[in-house]
Amino acid sequence: MKRWRGVIVPVVLLALAEIAFRARGGPSDSLAPPSRAVAALLSILLDGSLVVGSAQTLGTLLAGLALGSLAGATAGIALGSSDLLRRMTFLTIEMLRPIPSVALLPLSLLIFGFGYRMEIAVIAFATFWPSLILTQSAVVQIEPRLTEVARLLRLSRWQTAAKIILPAAAPRLMTALRLAAGLALVVAVTAEIVSNPQGLGHDLMIAQETLRPERMFAVLFWVGLIGWGKNAALLRLERRLFAHRGDVDTGIAA
Amino acid sequence: MTLRRLPTSVLGVLGLLTLILLWHLVTAAGLVSKAFLPSPAATVDALVWGLGKGDLKGQLAATTLRMLNGWLLASIGAIALGSLIGISQTARAYLRPTLAFARSLPASAVIPIAISLVGLGPSMVLGVVVFGSVWPTLLATVQGFANVEPRLRDVAQVLRLSHLAYVGKIGLPNAVPDILAGMRLSLTIALILAVIGEMLSGQEGLGSAILLAARAFRAADLYAGLVLLGLIGLLSSYGLIWVERRLTRWRQAAMR
Repeated sequence: MKRWRGVIVPVVLLALAEIAFRARGGPSDSLAPPSRAVAALLSILLDGSLVVGSAQTLGTLLAGLALGSLAGATAGIALGSSDLLRRMTFLTIEMLRPIPSVALLPLSLLIFGFGYRMEIAVIAFATFWPSLILTQSAVVQIEPRLTEVARLLRLSRWQTAAKIILPAAAPRLMTALRLAAGLALVVAVTAEIVSNPQGLGHDLMIAQETLRPERMFAVLFWVGLIGWGKNAALLRLERRLFAHRGDVDTGIAA
Repeated sequence: MTLRRLPTSVLGVLGLLTLILLWHLVTAAGLVSKAFLPSPAATVDALVWGLGKGDLKGQLAATTLRMLNGWLLASIGAIALGSLIGISQTARAYLRPTLAFARSLPASAVIPIAISLVGLGPSMVLGVVVFGSVWPTLLATVQGFANVEPRLRDVAQVLRLSHLAYVGKIGLPNAVPDILAGMRLSLTIALILAVIGEMLSGQEGLGSAILLAARAFRAADLYAGLVLLGLIGLLSSYGLIWVERRLTRWRQAAMR
């Protein structure tokens, strides 16, 4: 019974919405009852349009995330290992980081035109900063004894990075990846809503413009499901991979 | 090395100047088309002109106000609702999964629904800003209430504090650091959503200004808008950190 407590609230809310809609009667251009949204979800799942949209969104998400977090982690390791470099770049990073990534959409569109590249570029920009900052702090917090060992063993810079820094910082890097992945989904859907005519965000916009609210709610629910599932999966992976190291909590809300 | 001995602030400025110099050199050498990357001087010109004679001042004010209004509304609602949920462990157990799902929804994804419900007006943008920036503060408040030291809860029971007194005297003070951290996250989200809302609805503000500048290939104006957005983000986040330090000073003093 306890496990199901969390389900009661949404079920009751949906039932109330259904009842309210039926009581009101008549079709609407802006709202749809849950039952019709479920039917719409099934129909776009079966006709494949949802699969195409999801593949486009997730594909760009993955490419942008890979690009942004790899670049961010590399820069983070470099800044984390050099005190001078860190002190020289902190102001620049503080100035660039707060630029809302969505504000770059018009610029990215200007440079790349419609399509995958403009979206990937903005996702990469958005995910670059959290990976950079979390990696940097992870590297700075590495046990000093470990770096002493590296010095004693006369490891080269690259060897130190690969054999000491990366394994020691891995749990925090994983957390950084989970946070960046959440951000990437938001940016991807936003890019598609605002300008890029592909993927789930565009499906949402089209459903709204063609006055098909049931379809709009179906896609919205699907997007929520993707976000929630992705976060749960990454959290699980993180716990499984690093269970032996105890809880890693960076204190940053996902 | 002598560079190492310089204070961090000087080194930071040096780093920033290096980047601007690099930016200048790249544009001066014509490595990148001016349509994508204007020179630093052109950007500063656009900024100065826009703030002095142009529309930039009004747009800056419009976006900042939109962000602050939505954020304040969302914060008040989130703290009130979060306290309500936070008092009762039963309510937490019932609501947490729903809240977790709602927060994993990209806030911008509700924009189409907001448009179809209230149209493309300023209230749509404000509504989306509020909706999106409610979650971090709400969840942080609930979290802060959940972390109340069990002994304090016992104290409240012994003293027979009413629910309201518990919220005011134990729950909220205990949740302040969490709430402030949540509010900081909410503020960045509020800025992002204000910009998106302006882009989609054409309401006055930096979002629509950037969009129009890009469409007209006025790259310098576009970068001027980006600089201002970055500044809003930077200043608001530093302002909140300052408030956070002042408000949680008693806590640091108590820990010493």
